[in-house]
Amino acid sequence: MNEILYETPQTLESAVALLAGASGQARVLAGGTDLLIQMRAGRVMPGLLVDIKGIPEMTAIVAESGGFRFGAAATCMELIEHEAFAKEWPGVTDAVKLIGSIQVKGRATVGGNLCNASPAADSVPALIAAGAVARIVGPGGKREARVEDIPVGPGKTSLADGEIVISFYLPPRSARSGDAYLRFTPRTEMDIAVVGAGVNLTLDETGICNQARVSLGAVAERALLVPEAAAALIGTKVDDDALQRLAAAASAACRPIADKRGTREFRIEVAGVLARRAAGIALDRARRNS
Amino acid sequence: MSKHHVTTTLNGNAVEFLCDTQQTLLEVLRDELHHTGTKEGCGTGDCGACSVTVDGRLVCSCLVLGVEAQGKSIQTIEGMAQGTSLHPLQRKFLEHAALQCGVCTPGILIAARALLARNPDPSEEEVRFWLAGNLCRCTGYNKIIEAVLDAAHEMRGS
Amino acid sequence: MDAKVIKQEGQTLKIVGTSPVRPDGTPKVTGLARYGADFALPGMLWGAILRSPHAHARIRAIDTSKARALPGVKAVITAEDFPEQKFEFVGPERVAVNFWHMTRNVMAREKVLYEGHAVAAVAATSKAIAEEALRLIEVDYEPLPHVIDVDAAMQPDAPLLFEDMITRGIDPPPGKPSNIAKRIEFNIGDLDAGFAAADEIVEMSFKTAPVHQGYIEPHACLARFDSNGQGELWSASQGHFVVRAFTARLLNMNIGDVLVHPAEIGGGFGGKTVIYVEPLAAALSRKSGHPVKIMMSREDVFKATGPTSGSSMTVRIGVKKDGTLVAADGVFKFQAGAFPGSPVMNATMCGFAPYDIPNVRSVGYDVVSNRPKSAAYRAPGSPISAFAVESVMDAVAARIGMDPLKFRLLNACKTGTPTVWGPKHAHDGYAETIKAVLAHPAYAAPLGKNQGRGVASGFWFNNGGESSATVHVNEDGTVVVATGSMDIGGSRASMAIMAAETLGIEYDDVRAIVADTASIGYTHVTGGSRVTFATGIAVVEACKKVIVELCARAAMIWKLEPGEVVWENGCAKPAGAAAGKFEPMPLKAVAAKRALTGGPIGAEASVNAGGAAPGFATELCDVEVDPETGSVKILRFVVAQDVGRAIHRSYVEGQLEGGVVQGIGWALNEAYIYDDAGHLLNAGFLDYRIPVASDLPMIETVLVEVPNPNHPYGVKGAGEVNIVPAMAAVANAINNAISRRLTDLPMSPPKVLAAIHSGRKG
Repeated sequence: MNEILYETPQTLESAVALLAGASGQARVLAGGTDLLIQMRAGRVMPGLLVDIKGIPEMTAIVAESGGFRFGAAATCMELIEHEAFAKEWPGVTDAVKLIGSIQVKGRATVGGNLCNASPAADSVPALIAAGAVARIVGPGGKREARVEDIPVGPGKTSLADGEIVISFYLPPRSARSGDAYLRFTPRTEMDIAVVGAGVNLTLDETGICNQARVSLGAVAERALLVPEAAAALIGTKVDDDALQRLAAAASAACRPIADKRGTREFRIEVAGVLARRAAGIALDRARRNS
Repeated sequence: MSKHHVTTTLNGNAVEFLCDTQQTLLEVLRDELHHTGTKEGCGTGDCGACSVTVDGRLVCSCLVLGVEAQGKSIQTIEGMAQGTSLHPLQRKFLEHAALQCGVCTPGILIAARALLARNPDPSEEEVRFWLAGNLCRCTGYNKIIEAVLDAAHEMRGS
Repeated sequence: MDAKVIKQEGQTLKIVGTSPVRPDGTPKVTGLARYGADFALPGMLWGAILRSPHAHARIRAIDTSKARALPGVKAVITAEDFPEQKFEFVGPERVAVNFWHMTRNVMAREKVLYEGHAVAAVAATSKAIAEEALRLIEVDYEPLPHVIDVDAAMQPDAPLLFEDMITRGIDPPPGKPSNIAKRIEFNIGDLDAGFAAADEIVEMSFKTAPVHQGYIEPHACLARFDSNGQGELWSASQGHFVVRAFTARLLNMNIGDVLVHPAEIGGGFGGKTVIYVEPLAAALSRKSGHPVKIMMSREDVFKATGPTSGSSMTVRIGVKKDGTLVAADGVFKFQAGAFPGSPVMNATMCGFAPYDIPNVRSVGYDVVSNRPKSAAYRAPGSPISAFAVESVMDAVAARIGMDPLKFRLLNACKTGTPTVWGPKHAHDGYAETIKAVLAHPAYAAPLGKNQGRGVASGFWFNNGGESSATVHVNEDGTVVVATGSMDIGGSRASMAIMAAETLGIEYDDVRAIVADTASIGYTHVTGGSRVTFATGIAVVEACKKVIVELCARAAMIWKLEPGEVVWENGCAKPAGAAAGKFEPMPLKAVAAKRALTGGPIGAEASVNAGGAAPGFATELCDVEVDPETGSVKILRFVVAQDVGRAIHRSYVEGQLEGGVVQGIGWALNEAYIYDDAGHLLNAGFLDYRIPVASDLPMIETVLVEVPNPNHPYGVKGAGEVNIVPAMAAVANAINNAISRRLTDLPMSPPKVLAAIHSGRKG
C-alpha cells in the first residue's frame, strides 16, 4: 500500500529541502482543491505532501513598493476580502472570484491555480494582463518570472523540479488605468472557463490608451498574452473601431481544441466578444480611476 | 503503516483521532468521528453537501485532509443548534419547506450561516450566488432562498 | 365497514391544503437523519466494485486470486456468485422486468456492455485495502466495437450488444438480430386521410441527449447476512419492498428471509427504483460473514446507474386553418442503454395525449446501446416526446397565426377524449391549466430586446397500485401512522395531514413513520406520483376502520348500539334516537378507556388503488438570449399544474419548482458526453451541469385543483408532470427570441450561437 508522508514546514528553506530530499513523487499542498481530486481519482500518487500553508511569506498579502505582493498560498477568499487589493486590481479580483464556489475559494490559492497549469485557470489571464511577476524558490535559490512564462501546456509549467512559487507581485497602479476579466461558462457559477479574457489598460490625460495588455484563457494549451490585441487599443480612445479590431485580433490569436466544454469555432468567436467586453469594463474603470 | 494523531476542536469540543494522510476531513468526520450529518455528494468539491467551516472559513470537507485539522476549529451541522434550540436558519428551513429529501440541507445550512455571519442583509441575488456551490436537485432552490432571506430578516430583528 | 359514520361531507377541510412542519424535519436540519451511507455495524467491512474500462468487451477470464490473498480482504465476488436467471419479461409491458438482464446489469457475465459495468466486488477491513484489492483483480477483456447513439445503434451494420436479440413487437419477427429490442405502435383513425384533410402540415426531427436524475446522494447500503440464511439491508431507495424482492431474487433467497430497513433517501427521481449495490453488498456479506457497506462515488453514479434515454424523434402534425388538429404522426427512438427497457412506450402514449386528434400514429423503438441501462426519471419518457410534440405544436400555431395557448385550448383533451392506447380520458384538468397560464399576468407582460416567451404543455399518467398503512391510537389519544412508502419529499407530512383530517384531530397529534419490510404490508415504490394518492387512500381507509372502532368503543361506554354513534370533528357523538343523550366524546377520552372496552385500537389497510387521475401541466418560460455568445438566461418561469388537490401545499409547490428546474437543466446544459471510445467524459457535477441557484429566477407556481373523485381528498399526484413541458417551453421561448428553432437538446451556447448564425428559421 502506498504510504503518503505529510510535512508542514514553517520556512521556505525547509520546504525546499523536503522537496529536494523526497525519494518518490513529492507534491506541494496548498489549497488542495485540484491535488486532492487528482489523488482520489488515482491520477496522482505522491509519496510526500509538503503543506506550505505554515510559511508566512506564502500566505501574506502586503503593500510593497507602491504595488501589492500576495502569497501564492493565500486563499482566494482572503484575497477577495482584501479591500485595498480589490480596489486596485478589480479585474484580478473578479477573476479570483470566479474560481469555484465560496467553499472552494476558502481553500484554493492563486499559486495553485497557476501551478495546476490548466489552460482554463481563471486567475492566470487576469494576472498576465496585470503584468504580475511570480517569485520562485528552489534548490538553486530564488528567482522571478513573469506569470505568462510559467504555464507551458496542460498540467505543465516551466518550474524546475523542487521549485515553489512563493508570491506574486503586482506593480503600482498608475492613474487612469483599470483592469477587467470576463469568462464564458454555460452556468453562472461552478464551471470551468470555456473562454477567459483579461484586459489591463492605461489612458493618458486626453483619454488615449497608452498601455494595454490582453490575455486569453482556455483558447490554447496555456493562457496567452496577446500583444496584437493590445496593439489594437494603444493609441486609440478605445472606441468601437478599436474594440472591433481588438476582438478580431483576440479571435485570431486563438488556437483552441474542441472538447466537452466547447467547440473550436465557439471559443474563437467568443474570445473576441469577451476581450471586447472586458476592454469596455477596463476602460470604464480607467476613466473612474483618474 | 503509521497514522497521524490529530488533535482538533469539533463543534467546540476537543477531539482527537488517527488518520492516514489521504483520508479527507469528510471521511474522518463520518467514518472516524461518526458525525454523519456532513454528507458526501461528489467528493470533488462540486456539490457542497460536505460543507463545514474550518476556523470560521467555509470549505468542502472533501477537499481538506483530515491531518490538516490539527489545531483547527471545525464546525459541522451537528453543532448548529444550541442544545434543543434550533438555529433560526434551521427553523426557517422547516417552516418554508426548504428541504425535500434533505441530503443537501446540512451543507446548505452551514453555507448559509457563513453568509449571514458576513452579510446579515443579503439580497436574493447575493444568496443565490453564495449558495451556487451547494447543489440541490429537489427544490429548484425557491424555498431555500426564501428561508435564508427570512432567517436573515429575523436575525437582524433580534 | 360503514363509511357513513364519518360525517364530513360539505365541511371545510381544516388541515388538508395547509403547510405544517414535516414530522421528520428536525433530524434533517440537525444532521441526525440517517441516509443510505450513514449506517455502520460492529465488524463492518467496506465493499468496493471493480468496473469495466471498456464500453463493450467480452470477458475471457477474471483472476481474483491476488486480491483474495491480500491481507484484510474477506470476500471477492463475481457473476459466478449469483445464480443464472430465467429469460422472461415479468409484469405489465410498460414497466416489465427481466431478471436475466437485471443480474447481468448488477454484475457483468459474458460481456461488459458499458464503461463502468460492474465485473467484480471485494469486501475488506478498510476502504484503502478494498481499493487496493480491486487493482489486484485481473480481467482478461476482448474489446469489441461499441455503439452509443440511438440512430447509429439501429443501423444494420451496428455492433450488436446481444448477438441473438430479435426485435419484439413486429409480426412476423425479423429474421436477423439487431439492437432494436422492441417496436411499439399505437393508432387511432386513418392517418393518411387525416393528413389529406389538413390545411397545414409541420414536420420536424429532434434529438435529445441522455441525462441523469442527478440526485445528490450516491447509492449506498449496508448489508448484514447471517449464516442462518437470513439477512438485513439498510438501503436508500424509492421502495424498500422492491429492493427486498429484487435482492432476494438475485441471491436466490426467500423474500421473507430478507429484511430491508428504509434509510432516508437523498433524492431519486426514479433512479432509485432499481438496485445496484444492494445485491453486491448482500453477496459479500453472505460470503464473508461480516456486515458490508458499499457507497458509490459520484463517478460511479454517472457511469453505472440508470440515466434516462437519449432519443431521435420525428413528429408531423396536420391542422385545419381554423386550428383544429386533424392528424399527428410520431416516431420515437430511444436508447435503452445496455439492456432493453427504455421508457419509449410511455413516450409513445404520452406525446399526443393532451390533444383531441382524430387520426394518430405513434411508433416507438426500444434500442440497446453501450450505455448504462436506463432507469425511470420523473414521468419517464413523457418529457422527451413532449419536447418534440410541443415544439411542433408551437410551429403549427405560428404557421396558422394562432396564439399558442388558445391553439392548445381549442384542441385540449377532456373527459371522453380518446387516447392512442385505447381508453378514453376519464378526467378533466388540462384545459384548466391552459386557462391558468392565459390568465397569469406573465402571459401579457412586455418583453425586451433579445427576449422571448414560450409555452408548452404535458401529460403524465400518475399511478395508483399497492400500498399499505397502519393507524394506531396511542394510550394518550395521539396517533401513529405507519406506511411502506419511502418519504422522498415530505410524504410523512401529507400522510399525517390526511390522517388528522380524517380523524378530526390536530396535525401534531399524528406522527407518521416509514416502516420496514417486516412491519407493514407490501407497498410499491415511491414513484409515478402515486404515494399521496395510493398510500393516502390506504391511510384514510385505515383511519376509517379506526373510526368505526372508536364509535363502537364509545357505544360500549354509553351502552348504545354501535349504529347510534357517529364520528364528527374528532369526537364520538350519539346520533339518531340517541342524539343529544351524551356530550361528544373526544378521541383522547375513548383512547383512555380502551382497556375497558376491548384493548388497543388500531387498524391496517392494504389497497391496490385504482382510479388514479392523470396530471397535466402548462408552462410559460421567458428567456433572454445573448446574441454574441448564445447564452440563454431564464428570466421567468410559470408552471400551472393540475394536482387534483394539494394536501401539503408547500411540498406540492416544491414538486413543481423542482421538476421545472430539472427540465431547465435538461433543456440548456445537461448531457452525457462520450469520447470515440465510448468513455463518459463528464462523470461529475463540474461538467454534468445541473442548475445552480444563481442560474435561476423564482419559479412561479399555480396549483390548479380539479379534484380526483377517486381519492378521498381529490388527490391526483404532483411529482412528475411538471418536468414534461419544460424543455419545449424553453425551446419555444428561444425560438421566439431569436427566430431559430433548436431541435437538439441540450440547447447549449455553442448550438444556440450556431443557430443564430444559420439561416434556419422557426
